[in-house]
Amino acid sequence: MLLAVRHRSSATEELQIIPPSKVSVEGVSKGFRSASGDVLALDQVSLKVAEGEFVCLVGASGCGKTTLLNIIAGLEKADSGTVLADGKPVTGPGRERLVMFQEPALFPWLDVIGNVLFGLNLKPNLTNKDRRQVAKYYLELVGLSRFEHANIHELSGGMKQRVSLARALAPNPRVLLMDEPFAALDALTREQLYGDIQEIWRARRKTIVFVTHNVREAACLGDRVLLFSPHPGRIQREFKVELPRPRDINSVDLAAHATQITKALKSVGKAEAVTSK
Amino acid sequence: MKRFLLAAAFFAVLVLFWEAAYRARIWSPVLLPSPGQVVTYLQGITADGTLVKATVITMRRLLIGYIIGLVVGLPLGLLTARWKLFGDTIGTMALGLQTLPSVCWVPLALLWFGQTEAAMLFVVVMGTLWSVIIATETGVRNVPPIYRRAALTMGSKRLHMWFKVILPAALPFIVSGMKQGWAFAWRSLMAAEIFVTILTGFGLGQLLHYGRELSAMEQVIGIMIVIVVIGLLADKIFFSPIEKFLHRRWGTSQA
Repeated sequence: MLLAVRHRSSATEELQIIPPSKVSVEGVSKGFRSASGDVLALDQVSLKVAEGEFVCLVGASGCGKTTLLNIIAGLEKADSGTVLADGKPVTGPGRERLVMFQEPALFPWLDVIGNVLFGLNLKPNLTNKDRRQVAKYYLELVGLSRFEHANIHELSGGMKQRVSLARALAPNPRVLLMDEPFAALDALTREQLYGDIQEIWRARRKTIVFVTHNVREAACLGDRVLLFSPHPGRIQREFKVELPRPRDINSVDLAAHATQITKALKSVGKAEAVTSK
Repeated sequence: MKRFLLAAAFFAVLVLFWEAAYRARIWSPVLLPSPGQVVTYLQGITADGTLVKATVITMRRLLIGYIIGLVVGLPLGLLTARWKLFGDTIGTMALGLQTLPSVCWVPLALLWFGQTEAAMLFVVVMGTLWSVIIATETGVRNVPPIYRRAALTMGSKRLHMWFKVILPAALPFIVSGMKQGWAFAWRSLMAAEIFVTILTGFGLGQLLHYGRELSAMEQVIGIMIVIVVIGLLADKIFFSPIEKFLHRRWGTSQA
């Protein structure tokens, strides 16, 4: 059930043409120059994400997972290797791959709906009426219809991340890149959002790459959980999570999965400690 | 309403003290006229149109110079923030010249332009320009990088990025720079009008100057009050609503 076990294979599934990977990372390396010397943030990292898949990248902070996400987003350039989205090389940021950051990154000069409209306004071939309608749809989806005209600073942390989610979803990207979006929220709000994001993922058929340092969160959300090791940043292990959805973060099964991943994560950390001596 | 009444009471008490000091004859009435005399003077120049004429002349100089300062300063500020070359050159120059009290431009303006409106405008523009450049530059430099990154992923670039992200994000800085520019322009214009007599029109500063020449203290105090009131009104009518909007949107103040 766990540990790189293949999907339940049925004949029909096998006969279907395997869909091309939505995002494909091939041999990407990236180094940084810092005060304490050069750091290899990513070392020959390869990764394929299928259409509609929910992939979680887990690792200690500073292991390069955010760098990888930024490279997929086109916000940073890899030193070597290629990133393909829909088979085409990524050369810069694009609407097809929207990012949700750890901070809400909402624009304080716009109200709530103005923020959701920002990406939509940049999308051609829509009338302003359409845009408004779409923005309202997504605000309803994240449960914030009543706050359309609220100012950003009036919202709680959880509400801000919901607006941020609506803003990322509104231009209808096929790929969502999420960089520890719930890390700064309280546990209760976070649990609600786990439910919401699974529901939205299912309903809107998104491909999601989700970065986190929270193993339980990764096990709760991901189809696959990729374990990152730091210095240099590499993908160390891969876990498949095949629990039925929607998953409850507090369920016993989930805890069992999370424990196993945590063990692996710790052994990665130990191995690293040994090699660095 | 309560706040207004309190403020009104405060100023009433102030005037009462003034009246008391006048009646006590501590200073010669030539040096300290009564509030009544000042009011009479103000009524007089209002009735014969002198006040309106002087105010119009002064405000025209101020507004034209201020607008030129803004129109030139904003783009220059953006350039200095965007390109190192401009930052090192124009940015450094702005920083230096901003420290120069704008009255110091008056002698130069007089020699270059003579007793003309151009001299006045020049002084006002110099008062406005540098602080607008510096505020715009600071504002743009202080835009959190995350806004830019978020906008980039949504497909914003170049002009859209400047007008829909960077400028609005820098707005609080730009507005405070505009306010400072206004204050500097107002001060420098008054200084210029007091120093320079221009035959194309007598502004408020010149009325103040002639008050001194004639030892007409009620004129000096009366015009000073007018200048203060105009400054207050500009703040309340023009800047206050913008600042209130910014505070409400950004959540930076309870007021």
